[in-house]
Order: sequence, then structure tokens, then C-alpha cells
Amino acid sequence: MLRFIGKRLWHGGLTLAALVTLTFFVMRLAPGGPFSRNRKISPEVQANIEAAFHLDEPLWMQFGRFVWGVLRWDLGPSTKHRDYSVNDLIASGLPYSLTIGFWAIVIAALVGIALGMAGALRRNSVPDYLAGTVGVVGIAVPIFVIGPLFQAFFSLRLGWFPVGGVNDGARSLILPVIVLALPNIAYISRLTRTSMIETLRENHVRTARAKGVGWRRVLTSHVLTGALLPVIAYLGPATAAIITGSILIETMFAVPGIGRHFVDAALNRDYPLVMGITLLYGGLLILFNIGTDVIRAILDPRIRNER
Amino acid sequence: MSVDVLSRETAPPPSASTLRLQFRRFRKNHLAMASVWLLALIVLGCFFGPYAFPFTGEDADFDFISAPAHFQWPHLFGTDEFGRDLLVRVLEGGQVSLTIGFLGALVAGVIGVLYGAVAGFVGGRADGLMMRAVEILYGFPYVILVILLSLLFGGGNLALFAAIVFTLWLTPAVIVRAQAQSLARREFIEAARAGGMTGRQIVLEHIVPNCMSVVIVYGSLLVPEVILSESFLSFLGIGIKEPQASWGNLISSGTSAMDSDLRLLLLPGVLLALVLLCLNFIADGLRDAFDPNDR
Repeated sequence: MLRFIGKRLWHGGLTLAALVTLTFFVMRLAPGGPFSRNRKISPEVQANIEAAFHLDEPLWMQFGRFVWGVLRWDLGPSTKHRDYSVNDLIASGLPYSLTIGFWAIVIAALVGIALGMAGALRRNSVPDYLAGTVGVVGIAVPIFVIGPLFQAFFSLRLGWFPVGGVNDGARSLILPVIVLALPNIAYISRLTRTSMIETLRENHVRTARAKGVGWRRVLTSHVLTGALLPVIAYLGPATAAIITGSILIETMFAVPGIGRHFVDAALNRDYPLVMGITLLYGGLLILFNIGTDVIRAILDPRIRNER
Repeated sequence: MSVDVLSRETAPPPSASTLRLQFRRFRKNHLAMASVWLLALIVLGCFFGPYAFPFTGEDADFDFISAPAHFQWPHLFGTDEFGRDLLVRVLEGGQVSLTIGFLGALVAGVIGVLYGAVAGFVGGRADGLMMRAVEILYGFPYVILVILLSLLFGGGNLALFAAIVFTLWLTPAVIVRAQAQSLARREFIEAARAGGMTGRQIVLEHIVPNCMSVVIVYGSLLVPEVILSESFLSFLGIGIKEPQASWGNLISSGTSAMDSDLRLLLLPGVLLALVLLCLNFIADGLRDAFDPNDR
């Protein structure tokens, strides 16, 4: 088991290194720079600014400087937001992004599994159709359509929640969390339903029933452990979906998280901020993928012995 | 005796390839077929609909600025704040989104299939290296990659297209590689090699055709993914830019007007959702028809 984890961590580290390297050079190769503006400034000033951010050094030196900075837990100053370091910007945005992402995953898992179970146990019943509808809507209607519609209805028409911003405490985070959770509810309920229907047909479930184990006990200890494996496997991709979604959500609901920062930074060529957020997102995603693999390996010995 | 048997079979039933049988099965799926027709209708509407109007989506009509939808000629669904006809803009945006969707899925599919087929067929160290590269790219956060690439290629339609294709060829590559790996060990491949076919001929004439059903199923899932990526990026202002319309940037500008007028958001949003819905049902239908486990 330890070897398995070690191997995954090693691969994860390689992936992260490749991601960061690629991002660094792609970002530099992209046309434009952090200080190329329409407004003309004298070449001396331009040179001074660039020297201050070490942009005049050769690329490999800049890359070395970045790596050295990462090792010292210092991502450098933002080129767009004067007087803020990338560490500050991430530290101020991360709590919002993490709160929304965390609750979205929790709600998606709970509601999705419940809907999927209800659908599998009572096929063609009201909950099953409800789950099916949610599944279809959640997959077909992108969140950047659902989000504004929810805002128009729940915020503008009914006035239940603020349209955006974070000034209203938890109440202002309810809509973003629901909208972000919705597509994942759809995936998870579909996954749970199919895998549960398959597991219910398995021999070990029939055996358990035949030897007189209670229905409730069979469900929790025989069916669910098997049926939830694909759902757990989805948690890795779900993290990626949450990251993608949070960029949209933070744009739509004006949440000052790091998702919006990332898009702005990429458009403004704020190199240090892009690198910082890439490192964070990549690290999070890779850690979640490894975590998912480890949980699956604990639950299913076949995966552990693979490779 | 045996001659007799043969002569009785001189008029065999019309030959039906597996692919044709699979499509026959697909045609029995009512939901999927209805989706095909609806999708065809939307595609035709997007590509030929705008010709029915005396203006294009970029022409401003100053007599009708922000006209509401009252289904009267010529502005059936009203106009936006620049006096541009909403319906025509949405149809023209559909041209962009649908073209990128189908073309992107096709190109990503072809790249993925060839990469996967070669890796699976060659095997050994080359396969290990090729798949390690895919694995590393898989670990990347998709958004970051696609945003960076569209910046690298300098914005515009082609950049967007390249960025989306570059990020979406991975899944078909992995799937085809698994298929090709099991095919490479089969007798008929050995026979082909013994018969003197080169590696390239075997890949193109035996491996790729035998992966076709898997490719069709996953390719159909790629199309909605590409359309979603395009509109996602255009919504964020990275993809297709004004004045050219795409469903993503139409939805984005509809969002900013939602407090006064939901129609600007609803028309492109509903059309995008319908297309994604149809494509998902078609993909489901194809999977049911092609999945060998269900036969």
C-alpha cells in the first residue's frame, strides 16, 4: 500500500512539474506582456519597470528565479495589483473559493447519491423520474445559463438571495453553491443509479438475502460498498469540474475568489499570479486524484495490485 | 451433398456489416432518432435561416433599438441594445458554435485515434512513453490549459479551435489504445504481418477500422464537450469576440441585461441547451446500439 501511495505521489510530482514548466513557457511565448499598454511610456521607464520584475533577464533565469521562489514559499509580486504579492492575493481569495467548492462537492455527493439510490431501489417511481430530470437538466444546461436564470428568478424576482457579492455572509453563497453543485448532482446520481442496479443483481447480494440478512443491513454493508466505487472514482474528475465551474461561478456571482483572479491574470499577462494559481489548482487536482486512487485501492484490492 | 448445400445458398441474404446492424439498432431508439431530427432542424436553421432575413446579425436597425419580442416581421425575437436582430444573431452564433463543435470533435477524434492506435500497436517502450505523456496531460487542470493555449495562439477563432482540440484528444487516444492493444495480439494481425503488410498499413487498414464502433460512441460524446468549451470560453471573454456572435458571448451579453430583459439570455441559452440535450441523447443511443456487452 505504501509503495502504491509513493508511486502515485512521484507521478503526481512529475505531472505538477510538467504543468508548471509548460505554463511558464507558454505564458511567456503568448503575445503581449504585463506592461505592454496602449499608453506610450518612455523606453527608460519601460526598461526600469521590467528590470524591477526581472523581466529583462533571459527566460531560463526567470524560470530558475520562479522555482527558487516556490521552494521558499514566495510566489513574488503581482504585476497587475501593485503592492500585493501573489501570496496575499491567493490568501485573500482562497477562503471563498474553498468554501464554495467544498459545499458544492458535499451537496453534490449527498443529493446525488440519495437521488441515485432512490432511483435504483424504486425504478420508474416519482423519485426516479425526478432524478432523471435533474440528471438531464444538469448535464445539458451549462451552469452559465442556469446561473443567470437562478439569479433572475431567486434574486431579482423573489429577492431571496443577493444577486452577487459576498457581503451577505452565508446567504450570498447559497446560490453559487447550488449552481456549482447541480451538474455534479446530475453525474453522481446517474453513476449511483446504474452501478447500484448492477450491484443489486450480483450473486453476493442474493446470497446475503438468502441467508436471512435484513434488507437494511444488506443495503449498507453489501450493496453500498460496491455500488459507490464508481462514485468515489468520480471524485477526482469532480474536483476538476469544480475548478472549471468555480471560474464561471465567481465571474457570474462576483465572488472575489481565485477563479476570477486567474482569468483576469491570464488576460492581463500577470505572470506571477498565473503561475501561483496554476500551481495551486494543479496541486489540488493532483492531490485529489491521488486521494481518490488511494481510497479506491483500500476498498478494492484489485486496483491495488494493478501495475 | 456439399455442392447441394452450396447451391441452395446461392442467394444469400443481403450482407449486413456489423456497422450497418448497429445503425439499424440505433434507428429503433425513438428518443435518439427524435434528437437526430431536432438537431438536424437546428443545424439547417442556423445555416440557412439567416438568408430569410433582409439583414445580417451585424446590421444595426436604429428604428428598433432593444425592441421586445412580439413575433412581428422582421424582428421576430426583437433586437439587442445596438438594434441588431436577436434571432439572426443567435442563428449566426449557432453556425460558429456548431462548426467548431463538429469540426473540433472530428479533428480531436482523428488525432486521438491515430495516436492511440499507433501506441497500442507498437507497444513496448514507445507505448509507455506515449501514454506517460497522455497521463501527464490528463493531470492538468483542463481550464488552465485551454485558457493558456488560446492566449498563446493569439486569440481568434482558429486559436480557440486549436486550444480546444489540443485539450480534448486525450480521451479517444486512451480508449483506442486499449482497443488497439488487444487487437495487436489477435491472429489476423499476425497473419497480416506474415503476409508482408507494413506497420503503417496494418494500423490504417486493420487497427483503426476495428476500433470504429468505440470511436463513434466516444466521438459523439466529444461534440457536446467541444461546444461547451467554446461557449464557456466565449462567455468568459476569451473565445469568440464581438461583433462576431457565438452562443457563449450572446449568453454573456444576455446575462448583463437579465434584470430588464430575460429574452436576450433565454434564446441562446435554450438553443444551446437543446443542442447539448440532443447530442447527449444521441450519444446514449449510439452507446446502447454499439456496446458489445449488451448484445
